[in-house]
Amino acid sequence: MNSANYLYLSAMLFTIGAVGVVIRRNAIVVFMCIELMLNAANLAFVTFARINGTLDGQVIAFFTMVVAACEVVVGLAIIVTIFRSRRSTSVDDASLLKR
Amino acid sequence: MTDTPILQYSFLAPILIVLGGAVIGVLVEAFVATKRRASIQLSIALFTIFVSFISLLRIRNLTSAKAAFNSVMIDGPAIFMQGTILLIAFFAVMIIGDVDHFTAQASAVPGSEEEKSAVQTGRQQTEVFPLTLFAVAGMLLFPAASDLITLFVALEVLSLPLYLMAGLSRRRRLFSQEAALKYFLLGAYSSAFFLFGAAFLYGFSYSVTLAGIHAAVIGGTANNVFLLIGLLFVSLGLLFKVGAVPFHAWTPDVYQGAPTAVTLMIGGAPKLAAFAMTMRLLVDGLLPLAIDWQQMLVVLSVGSLFIGNLAAIAQTNLKRMLAFSTIAQMGFMLIGLLSGVSNGNTLLAANAYSSAMFYVITYVLTTLASFGVILLLARAGFESEEITDLAGLNQRSPLYAGVMAVCLFSLAGVPPLVGFYAKLSVLQALLAPGQTGGLILAIFAVMMSLIGAFYYLRIVKVMYFDQPLTATTVSAPQDVKVVLTLNGALILILGLVPGGLMTLCAQSIVKALGT
Repeated sequence: MNSANYLYLSAMLFTIGAVGVVIRRNAIVVFMCIELMLNAANLAFVTFARINGTLDGQVIAFFTMVVAACEVVVGLAIIVTIFRSRRSTSVDDASLLKR
Repeated sequence: MTDTPILQYSFLAPILIVLGGAVIGVLVEAFVATKRRASIQLSIALFTIFVSFISLLRIRNLTSAKAAFNSVMIDGPAIFMQGTILLIAFFAVMIIGDVDHFTAQASAVPGSEEEKSAVQTGRQQTEVFPLTLFAVAGMLLFPAASDLITLFVALEVLSLPLYLMAGLSRRRRLFSQEAALKYFLLGAYSSAFFLFGAAFLYGFSYSVTLAGIHAAVIGGTANNVFLLIGLLFVSLGLLFKVGAVPFHAWTPDVYQGAPTAVTLMIGGAPKLAAFAMTMRLLVDGLLPLAIDWQQMLVVLSVGSLFIGNLAAIAQTNLKRMLAFSTIAQMGFMLIGLLSGVSNGNTLLAANAYSSAMFYVITYVLTTLASFGVILLLARAGFESEEITDLAGLNQRSPLYAGVMAVCLFSLAGVPPLVGFYAKLSVLQALLAPGQTGGLILAIFAVMMSLIGAFYYLRIVKVMYFDQPLTATTVSAPQDVKVVLTLNGALILILGLVPGGLMTLCAQSIVKALGT
C-alpha cells in the first residue's frame, strides 16, 4: 500500500484533534484531542521512518509516548483538582480571569 | 554503523547536577519532617544551582562540542545562555524562597477543613522547589539541544513543572487553578503542533539533527511542502513559549492567576530558553530559508507590538498589564531576530542576533525585579496586584519604589537605563546598511514604544504622586532586599556601561556562526 496514505491519515487525525480542542468544552475531551494530535504526529514519524528505512522516526515515536504519558499525569492532576473545587470540568466555567 | 555511545559527562554536568538536585528534593519531600522541609529545600535548590554554575564555568571555553551522541551541542551561545539562566534562576529561587506564597496542600479543596487544618498545623508542602529545579534543568537543555527529539523532551521538561507551579497559589486558589488549566491546555496544544512540525522536518530531511536538516535545506532536492509545514508548525510551538502574537492568549491569564512568585519564574527564564532555541533552530537549522521565516517574524512582531501595547493601556491589574507589556517587548525582540540576513548575506547576522540576545537578557532582568517588588507587597496577607495597590509606594518604602521606577523606566526605554540600549541596538540592527525595508518597521516600533511609555509612566505617577491607601511599611527578609537592590542596580549599571554584556553576547554569537 502506498505510504503516502498514512500521511493523509495522520494529517486528518491531526486536524480532527486540532479542531476538537477549539470546539469542545469539556477539559477531558479537549485533552483527549491533544493526545490525538500527538498520536497523529507519531504516525507521521513512523511513516517517514518506513519510507526512508531509518529507525530514527520509530525511536522518536517511543519518546513521544513516554512524554505523552507524563503529560497525562500532569494534565489529569490539574483537571481533577479543578473538578474537586468546582464540580465541573467545562473550560467555559473556568472564566474567573477576565478575558 | 553503531558507535559506542559516549556521554561526555563533564559537558552535561550543569544539566545533570540540576536534575540530581531536583530528585534529592523529591526525596526530601517524602522523608524529612514537615517543619524543617522548607529551609532544607531552599538550601538544596540554591546549592544545586550554585554547583551547576561552577561546573558550567569549567567548560566555559568550549566553542563547539557535541555530547550525548550528538544530541546536545555545547557551544558559545549555549554556555552563555545556560549561565544566564542559572543566574536568573538563583535570583528567582531566592525571591520565591518564602513558602508562604504557596498553598499548604495543592490537593486540598479551596476553603475546606482539610486546607485550614493544613495551614494551622503547618503541614506545608514544599514541592515547588524540586519543580523549579526540574524546570530549570529543562531550560538548560533547551538552548543546547541539537536534534528534534532532545528539543521536544527539553520543551516538555521545561513546561510540565511550570504548569503545576501555576496552580500552587495560597491565596485566590480558584484563579490559580484556572491559570494552571489554561496554561496546561494551551501549552500542550502548542507542543502537539511542535511535534507534528518536527515530524515533517524529519520527513523532509530524513535526519533528526539540526545539522542534517540544514544540509538537506541547502541540498534543496527534497520535498519543499514538507519543509514549509515543518517550519511553520515548529516555529508555532516555540513562539508559544516566547508569547508572541498570535500565540499570546495564555500570557495575561497565566500571569494574573499564577502566584506572583511563579509568574516571576514564567516571565523570566523560559523566555531566555525559548529565545535561545528559536535562534538555534532558525539560524543553525534553517538559515537558508531566512527569507521565509523573516516574513513570518515581521507579521508576528508587528502584531505583538500592536496588541501588546494597546491592550496594556486598558489594564487595571498590574500583573495583567505587565503580561501585555511582555508581549510588546517580545515583539521588539523579534525585530532583532528578523533583521539578521539580507538577500542571502549573513554579514550582519552576528550584530542582529546579539542585539536580540541582549534585549531578551535585559528584559528578563527587568521582569525579575518588577515582579519581585509586586511579590513583596503581597506579604501583608493579601495578593497585591492592582495598580492602585502601588499608590504612594514611595512614602511607604522609597527603596522598592525606586527599584520599581528603574524597572518601569527601563521597560519604557528611557536613557540611561538598559532598556534604552536594548531598543537602540535592535533598531540599529534593523536599520543597518544593506537592510531593505526596515525603515517602516522601525518607525512603527518607535511609535508603539511611545504608546508603551504611557502605561509604564502612569505607574510611576501612581507610586510617587498618589496618596497611599495604607500606612504600613513594606518589610522584607534581608536577602530578598539585597537581591532586589542588586537587580535594580544592575539595570542602572548595565544602562551606563552596556559594553561588557554587549560584547559577551556578540562573542557568543560569532562563535556560533563560526565565521
